[in-house]
Amino acid sequence: MLQVVCIKQVPDTETRVKVAADGKSLDPAGVTLILNPYDEFAVEQALRVKEQLGAGEVVAISLGGAGVQTTLRTALATGADRAIHLRSDASAPDALAVAKALADAIRPLEPGIVWLGKQAVDDDGAQVGPMLATLLDRPCVSVVAKFELSGQTAKVEREIEGGREVVEVPLPAVFTTDKGLNDPRYASLKGIMAAKKKPLEERVVDLGPAHLERVAFELPPARKSGRIVGEGAGAIPELVRVLREEAKVL
Amino acid sequence: MSILVFIEQRDGKVRSVAREALGEAKRLASSLGGPVTAVFCGASADGLASLGEAGAEKVLAATHEAFASYDGAGYAAAVAAAVKATSPKLVLFGASSIGKDLAPRVAAKLGVGLAADCTTLEASGGKLVARRPVMAGKAFERVAFPMAPAMVTLRPKVFAPAAPEAGKAASVESLAFDWDASKPRAVVTGTTGASGGKPDLTESEIIVSGGRGLKGPENFSLVEQLAEVLGATVGASRAVVDAGWRPHGDQVGQTGKTVSPKLYVAVGISGAVQHLAGMSSSRCIVAINKDPDAPIFKVADYGVVGDLFEVVPALVEAIKKLH
Repeated sequence: MLQVVCIKQVPDTETRVKVAADGKSLDPAGVTLILNPYDEFAVEQALRVKEQLGAGEVVAISLGGAGVQTTLRTALATGADRAIHLRSDASAPDALAVAKALADAIRPLEPGIVWLGKQAVDDDGAQVGPMLATLLDRPCVSVVAKFELSGQTAKVEREIEGGREVVEVPLPAVFTTDKGLNDPRYASLKGIMAAKKKPLEERVVDLGPAHLERVAFELPPARKSGRIVGEGAGAIPELVRVLREEAKVL
Repeated sequence: MSILVFIEQRDGKVRSVAREALGEAKRLASSLGGPVTAVFCGASADGLASLGEAGAEKVLAATHEAFASYDGAGYAAAVAAAVKATSPKLVLFGASSIGKDLAPRVAAKLGVGLAADCTTLEASGGKLVARRPVMAGKAFERVAFPMAPAMVTLRPKVFAPAAPEAGKAASVESLAFDWDASKPRAVVTGTTGASGGKPDLTESEIIVSGGRGLKGPENFSLVEQLAEVLGATVGASRAVVDAGWRPHGDQVGQTGKTVSPKLYVAVGISGAVQHLAGMSSSRCIVAINKDPDAPIFKVADYGVVGDLFEVVPALVEAIKKLH
């Protein structure tokens, strides 16, 4: 079975945000780029399914500028077999534009499973997975926290408010992965060396007209500075008073 | 032209995110124009007329026996049919586990953009701009909609439901939609832990979160006691989730949940950038930490410097006395 893992390169979660001069984007200066943390669970689960089946191919796909090849190499080093780079230099393309480009690249591969992280930690959209599934006309479960495959049916659990939903899905299907689904492996030195020789194909894509237009990128309003109400247990009466009388939250 | 609102239900009960979306629709109808139409997906259309009290003028009911549980593809077919039937300017969903899964499917079917998890909607001159947090709240983007309809999911607990108009009934119509339930599909076979429990972190009014300052998982009982007397949900920092003290679902921050409760109490949490990102849009933040230089105090409205093992029990006792 061929599996596709869609991955994205994002700013590290430790990034301190500065707005670029255009007022519409993140200032890239000093920003470290990493594989989106939720995508690590997607890559790992694809590798586990391949190991369970004892055969198959894992294809990593990423859309972005020249720099995303580093992230694709990371996926190859972890165990993906080959990579496709959908080259686009568009800044922060909208989710549907990305999903359409992915769908066009994925359709001819006829994958048994398409994996994505539940959301990218930069735009926090959580849209591309369900959009891609809709464009591919495949069943989809998002925010998967547990996954079991037997034959052509997956039994999965997805996070919902205050609990989990148990879902049965016939393959081929699309899944988006949550933290906790598995414990992602690290690339071995051998894997890193092997990754340099694995195929990485670059295809230039045209994303077409935007479905959503970013008009501004800005910092959150600064919180008005708070105060220390006191030290130790002795501060509690004052804390309770301000919570009741000033903040009116008790 | 109208505004269409998706009415989310679980176990046949309309969820609060739907009332919040109706409230925002009613507010926006004064500048964008109405009417406010609701679209409901469920096994039965009973009782939907009462959505009139929450702001809906008309309800389009898509009923199917498979809709007792959430079915992404089926619901998407129904909502897309409601969009075609009403030609709305704007379609609103709650950014819940259902809404976050459903809205992108509908947007893909219609070929339009979607602004997810928005915290502000502004309409001027008939144009809509949505403001939404990105990077878990470290920054915000404002987005405009070059295509119609504009599609938006609303962050839970941010938008106010409309003041209920007692006795006002919505007209209810059955919605025809084209969906083949015999095609291969994802089928919900059960739920775990979802009934009768505390509200989810993302929908909680009050959250008490614990961090590494608690020294061990057994000491989370302190956080739980405080949560109990406050009627709060328990959260956690990434450090303690990664250490296995708490489940992943409890994590607040950039690789966990982004929350906006009315009161957030951080116990023994120093305040890593990625944690602050996930909770700094809370209305009121209280921090209890022994280190006066901890970054958490920079975002807290009220801080107590001290040993949490003394401070938290004292706070629990003081709150018990209020009741």
